[in-house]
Amino acid sequence: MWRRCLLTGMLVWLAATPASAFVAYVSNEKGNTVTVIDTDSWTVTKTIKVGQRPRGIEFSRDGKFVMVAVGDDDTIQVIDTKTQEIVDTLPSGPDPELFTQDAAGKTMYVANENDNTVTVIDLEKRARLGDIQVGVEPEGMTISPDGKILINTSETTNMAHFIDTTTRQIVANVLVDSRPRFAQFKRDGSELWVSSEIGGTVSIIDPVKREVTGKITFEIPGLRNEAIQPVGIGMTKDGKTAFVALGPANRVAVVDGATHKVLKYLLVGQRVWHMDFTPDEKYLMVTNGVSNDVSVIDVAAQKVIKTIQVGELPWGITIAQP
Amino acid sequence: MFRWLIGTIALSMVVTGALAADPVEIHIGYLGHAGIKSTLSLIQQPADNDGIAGARLAIEDNNTTGKFLNQRFTLDEIKVKDSDDVAKVATDLAGRNDYIITDLPADALLKVADALRDRGTMLLNAGAIDDRLREQDCRANVIHIAPTRSMLADALGQYLVWKQWKRWLLVTGSHDQDKLYADALRRAATRFGAKIVQERTFEDTGGARRTDSGVTLIQRQMPVFTQQAPAYDVLVAADESEVFANYLPYRTWDPRPVAGSAGLVPTSWDAAHDQWGAVQIQNRFVKLNMRRMTALDMQAWTAARTIGEATSRTNSGDPRKVIAFLKGKDFSIAAFKGTRLTLRDWNLQLRQPILLADGRMVVSVSPQEGFLHQVSELDTLGVDRPETKCKLQ
Repeated sequence: MWRRCLLTGMLVWLAATPASAFVAYVSNEKGNTVTVIDTDSWTVTKTIKVGQRPRGIEFSRDGKFVMVAVGDDDTIQVIDTKTQEIVDTLPSGPDPELFTQDAAGKTMYVANENDNTVTVIDLEKRARLGDIQVGVEPEGMTISPDGKILINTSETTNMAHFIDTTTRQIVANVLVDSRPRFAQFKRDGSELWVSSEIGGTVSIIDPVKREVTGKITFEIPGLRNEAIQPVGIGMTKDGKTAFVALGPANRVAVVDGATHKVLKYLLVGQRVWHMDFTPDEKYLMVTNGVSNDVSVIDVAAQKVIKTIQVGELPWGITIAQP
Repeated sequence: MFRWLIGTIALSMVVTGALAADPVEIHIGYLGHAGIKSTLSLIQQPADNDGIAGARLAIEDNNTTGKFLNQRFTLDEIKVKDSDDVAKVATDLAGRNDYIITDLPADALLKVADALRDRGTMLLNAGAIDDRLREQDCRANVIHIAPTRSMLADALGQYLVWKQWKRWLLVTGSHDQDKLYADALRRAATRFGAKIVQERTFEDTGGARRTDSGVTLIQRQMPVFTQQAPAYDVLVAADESEVFANYLPYRTWDPRPVAGSAGLVPTSWDAAHDQWGAVQIQNRFVKLNMRRMTALDMQAWTAARTIGEATSRTNSGDPRKVIAFLKGKDFSIAAFKGTRLTLRDWNLQLRQPILLADGRMVVSVSPQEGFLHQVSELDTLGVDRPETKCKLQ
């Protein structure tokens, strides 16, 4: 019995292995490095030296580059995924933190914490197209699935700003709980989720009515309420399951995408912030700032299966095919 | 022709009014006291706008948010001299403002609170750290943004105990507020299991804080003053009057660290604090004021932001609604301390982590790990609900 189990397990493992050959890039805020992880072997294959205070990190839409915001150098660096070396920089405006791109990968929107602005960049021309004035300390950035609305959250103003991507004008402001950090649409555009780090909640916003229609709260027995600080959000493409990183609570909450009920809490490393799925959605990787590692979550099993040491204070993560 | 012009102007006024309603105005007063205290260290000498500068930044931040909610915040600044009738000045200020941020000594603050008691004006104490204002002398119309002496002493005490520096040599100045700080430090020692091995008093015999050949003399005085002490781990100094504490580091007879009013100092804010997004407010502050942000600046910022936060949450210019929200259970504020700050409902004191800074770096932030509490770990700092003498009225 035991042997059969083991054998079956190994077969499953063998079958699963080739499908997960992706590359993850992790920005290490204090280390001034980007760690490259092979998701086949779950090992670190390279550490790239980047500028000062790397945080927001994302693949270009064509998968050829990884862009990383290096806030203290007031720029965004571009890493060539073939050579895994820095090849270019983008004119981001002061202290870039998080950014997002349109579906075509032509326009980038950057939150500049120091300036209360969102900077618009033409990715092909590497040119700054303009700035949009938003609330105090802009942070979270995302674009609606139809590409029409850009969302920016401002941490001290406590709002999700709805910005028309054509006119670049703010068309609505939705008040959420304290220190909104991250925004994420459902793929079908039916809901916008915004995490509030200090408020301790995730607001569910109706993108049509542009108002908060629900709030997810978190309770972990034995843990003081103030330690629950939601930051990163990951949602499966079908919108059925969401994961919310709870910062110093050292846990990732698994949330039912339809009912918004918390299903379970997964214990990860210390001060968990951002996350990304492998493109096949089999795995979710989360960055644990204080323990300097990345936890790998098996999405279907909803279990942590692996921890990988990375650089100092891992912050953001992006994953795509090699 | 002329009549036609007037008609057009009138019409355009009507149209403008209909398109954008006038913003809701929220008037905040700032009542500070004139006269700057003299510090031993030249670089710690407070600026003339200490405190007010923080409130001004918060007004800017509130107005950035306010432009999305059609709210506009104003700041009305007044400084009183010792010879002024503070109650009268405050009453005038309350005629123009629904909220007043105060940086006043305890007795003056109580005079103001009692003078404005029936007006509905909410006071936000940004400057006074006296425990009695939150205990036997507490008032229902005063919210305390500044931490108390006991919160500061507990924050330091937790760290020293965590560090296993449990034997303290306590040196106290001869002024009243030095003695109050020493009381708070003794209380912290008892609560957290430290032992005060000996106490000494440093008499203020007068004299200038700055002289041209001061160092020579101090270098002789301080070792002598601290010699023949029983075995101790850390010298804890209570010197709010700025008479001697900053002379102690590196000059004690035994090679020991100094904490309290010099060396490792508990404080609500430090210009070196950069965690939890604090770099952003530090940068905004320097840009606006051309100097670095002090604890009093931060306390005043938090006070003005408290009003801004409650105004945006209630979406109301009605101070009764705003004050009810502030006193309710849903109020919390983010202030770059890594956790939400809330009010203790029994005495309206803002719960807050306390930084421990050495003048160059933030060494630690209390509450320390392992100091547990059934409600909030922030309530391990200062006087807790079961011990309070406050009856809000």
